[in-house]
Amino acid sequence: MKAAVIVFPGSNCDRDVKVALTQSMGAPPSMIWHRESDFPTVDLIVVPGGFSYGDYLRAGAIAANSPAMVETKRRAAAGVAVLGICNGFQILAETGLLPGVLMRNAGLRFICRDVHLRVERTAAPFTGKYRQGQVIRIPIAHADGNYFTEDDTLSRLEGEGQIAFRYAEPDGAVTEAANPNGSRANIAGIRNAAGNVLGMMPHPERLADPALSGTDGRPMFDGLVEALG
Amino acid sequence: MANPAPMTPELIESHGLSAEEYARVLEILGREPNLTELGIFSVMWSEHCSYKSSRKWLRRLPTEAPWVICGPGENAGVIDIGEGLAAVFKMESHNHPSFIEPYQGAATGVGGILRDVFTMGARPVANLNALRFGSPNHPKTRHLVSGVVAGIGGYGNCVGVPTVAGSCDFDESYDGNILVNAMTVGIAPKDRIFYAKATGVGNPVVYVGSKTGRDGIHGATMASAEFDDAAEAKRPTVQVGDPFTEKLLIEACLELMAEDVIIGIQDMGAAGLTSSSFEMAGKGGVGVEIDLDQVPVREESMTAYEIMLSESQERMLMVLQPGKEDIAKAIFEKWELDFAIIGKLTDTGRMVLLQSGETVADLPIDPLAEAAPIYDRPTAAAEARPLIAADDVPPPDGIMDALQSLLGSADLCSKRWIWEQYDHMVMADTVARPGGDAAIVRIHGSNRGLALTTDCTPRYCGADAATGAAQAVAEAWRNLTAVGARPLAVTDNMNFGNPERPEIMGQFADAVAGMREACLALDFPVVSGNVSFYNETNGKGILPTPAIGAVGLVDDISKSVSLSLRTEGESLVLIGASAGHLGCSSYLKEVLGRRDGAPPPVDLAAERRNGDFIRAEIAAAGITACHDLADGGLLVAAAEMALAGGVGCALDVPEGAPPVHAWLFGEDQGRYLVATDDPDGLMARANGAQVPAAMIGTTGGKSLTVNGFGTISLNELRETHEGWLPAYMGDA
Repeated sequence: MKAAVIVFPGSNCDRDVKVALTQSMGAPPSMIWHRESDFPTVDLIVVPGGFSYGDYLRAGAIAANSPAMVETKRRAAAGVAVLGICNGFQILAETGLLPGVLMRNAGLRFICRDVHLRVERTAAPFTGKYRQGQVIRIPIAHADGNYFTEDDTLSRLEGEGQIAFRYAEPDGAVTEAANPNGSRANIAGIRNAAGNVLGMMPHPERLADPALSGTDGRPMFDGLVEALG
Repeated sequence: MANPAPMTPELIESHGLSAEEYARVLEILGREPNLTELGIFSVMWSEHCSYKSSRKWLRRLPTEAPWVICGPGENAGVIDIGEGLAAVFKMESHNHPSFIEPYQGAATGVGGILRDVFTMGARPVANLNALRFGSPNHPKTRHLVSGVVAGIGGYGNCVGVPTVAGSCDFDESYDGNILVNAMTVGIAPKDRIFYAKATGVGNPVVYVGSKTGRDGIHGATMASAEFDDAAEAKRPTVQVGDPFTEKLLIEACLELMAEDVIIGIQDMGAAGLTSSSFEMAGKGGVGVEIDLDQVPVREESMTAYEIMLSESQERMLMVLQPGKEDIAKAIFEKWELDFAIIGKLTDTGRMVLLQSGETVADLPIDPLAEAAPIYDRPTAAAEARPLIAADDVPPPDGIMDALQSLLGSADLCSKRWIWEQYDHMVMADTVARPGGDAAIVRIHGSNRGLALTTDCTPRYCGADAATGAAQAVAEAWRNLTAVGARPLAVTDNMNFGNPERPEIMGQFADAVAGMREACLALDFPVVSGNVSFYNETNGKGILPTPAIGAVGLVDDISKSVSLSLRTEGESLVLIGASAGHLGCSSYLKEVLGRRDGAPPPVDLAAERRNGDFIRAEIAAAGITACHDLADGGLLVAAAEMALAGGVGCALDVPEGAPPVHAWLFGEDQGRYLVATDDPDGLMARANGAQVPAAMIGTTGGKSLTVNGFGTISLNELRETHEGWLPAYMGDA
């Protein structure tokens, strides 16, 4: 697998996802500066977490119009896998690659903690190494992770199996208490209809290394390598 | 030179200069200063920039050790951490701005200390803080906690540096003057450290970062005066931070530092362009000429006075090698930051400022720095407090009720509500997260780590500044030891009242003496620090608060331990001697509502012996969990260990122990509670090392029990411990 990580001014999880990818790939991904649109052909494009453009205007809004994202959108349409984590999810929502918006957390504060996620959809390339209904522990770190979309889109997401992860209790129960930010239907991550674009607020790259008190994020990166060669 | 503003006594006084200091200005210049020059003298000679009251005492702190690369006097301290790397760190206060405008005050405090570290060539890898707020009952406290925490998070989260540890407590002495002390730790190649020394006549002086605006003018002067009820009116002196620009500045500076182009670099912090240019030129023994028309400004027609005294954030000053300007310019343009050549170094030994082709200031650099006043202010000795015998302190109605009072108190409750607002995991190297004795941040790409903590118990310092300061150093050392680290060095943030009052200066001198003694005994040099005086409102000083930030090295992170009890059926061993000291204790304060007595004595030889033993045992895997005993004593420590790991424990009061409430809640120093699966071996080795050790219990179950005195479920304890702060802040 060949991968690229887009780097915006203000990205701050670019190195973290590079480390996690390198661990699974055996070679580092290309780091692509936001102004580039002519970057190498890759199997996976990662839009990392952070505060692209300082979250000015609206989280992800300015990044969505950068040359690298315009190119990413074009490649996604051609079937290239695209993973957006945290700010990356916000950017993918702003580009329209994924439906919905990420609003300010219901509690109005930044939250950094491990949460439990129930895997709602097991499918290559992103979640193929997880079991359906598996509960995994992954950290969140965001102020704007409150996923919202209108009823029609929500039922389409539900009906088409586009919900990848939901916030859940350790036993897998999807409850209001397990929802850290007010997201509709406890949505933590979604994919597009074609299945080649996934956005999620939690950070799988932060728990992919045995030295860091958990490795539940690692199967995502191993699965991508397995699925994309 | 034109001098449109004639010097009047009012003008001079409003710049914080005494009549004597102004006389010295006249002597140095041989004429009256103009307004710009007066402003420059004012900030350069402010307490904040000149350390004029503290310098005499600070010289007594031990600052050397074989692993110290650079001690106090630079932007931050630098220590050797092996394998070609150095740790660069410092702690600094932003107290007054944070009281006036908590979000921006705290945020820019973080921004400023980050710059102190990356200006030396280090990538920041961790932020810490030490926060003191007023009484929870004070009407402003909630607002201040909320704003300060949001500000620290807002800045640190955006720049992508994890905030991994801190301390937070409450006392009414901070009602009108909170303390916000921020610390940054960075890592650099040890042969690539950058210093603030300008050399090479003719070399270009370059300005990078944000544009200069009219914000923060006189911030340094404000930090050098007492507060009164009109503090709100000082809001315009608080700077406004932009962490996004800071993030770009970090990346741009580190990218430039990888090239061989920088001669000297200094961030523009307190007193902005004035202080940075004076310090760089002074250290290099050169003069400097600056064309203010070249300084990137946010607003039209800013005066020389405003440009020189602005404390706009996210700015740096550098001296480059000649001919390398284009390399630097390209990097800063890539990161969309301002880059301007604003002047050059000269051989005149003077700072000459030009604006619109005219000289607007002309000051000698060395005389101004050398003639900076140094005061030997009078000190008054504090009255020693009597020791309180354990037998003279009444026991509680119930042991577990007392424990609940302690765990549910503002000082000892869980601070999760705070640290969950900080991104403590970004950079994916946080091995031990907040909530333990010390955080551990892995040195990227290795299996080694830095252990980090901030400590101080102000109520001890208020009772006896020397003992309290020694205790703060010892507790920091103990916290690093408790995770298995080798303590290496400290940074200090000395927060005190008005130094012109002899009792305050006495506290300061005592605190330095206590720190000196502890640092020497523990081989724990002070490599950087900051003094914040005038922390008082309407003539009432804060508790003396010498906050200590400390760094240790973990040789193998897989061998470090935490405080969590995770395994049933292990033995609990108490390391260190227990005399049952209750004077100045949390028990006295929270259960009996008393604050009397002397603080616990600090036996530095025992501290060292016990700590060295613990560290060796952790390295040899003789200990599975470890927690230092501090506020609240043994029972609070046992409860914290049980709550952290979700496994309970039962304690037995040994024969010959002090009265049971003194044994359980006494705050004797130099102690650790550890879990082990080989208690006999551990006891034998402790005996051999002449370290007091007692088997006092076993792990297991879902409750905490003191046999013969009560039991309580972990769920109930957790509710109390986790509940207080969210309920107080209105989130529960």
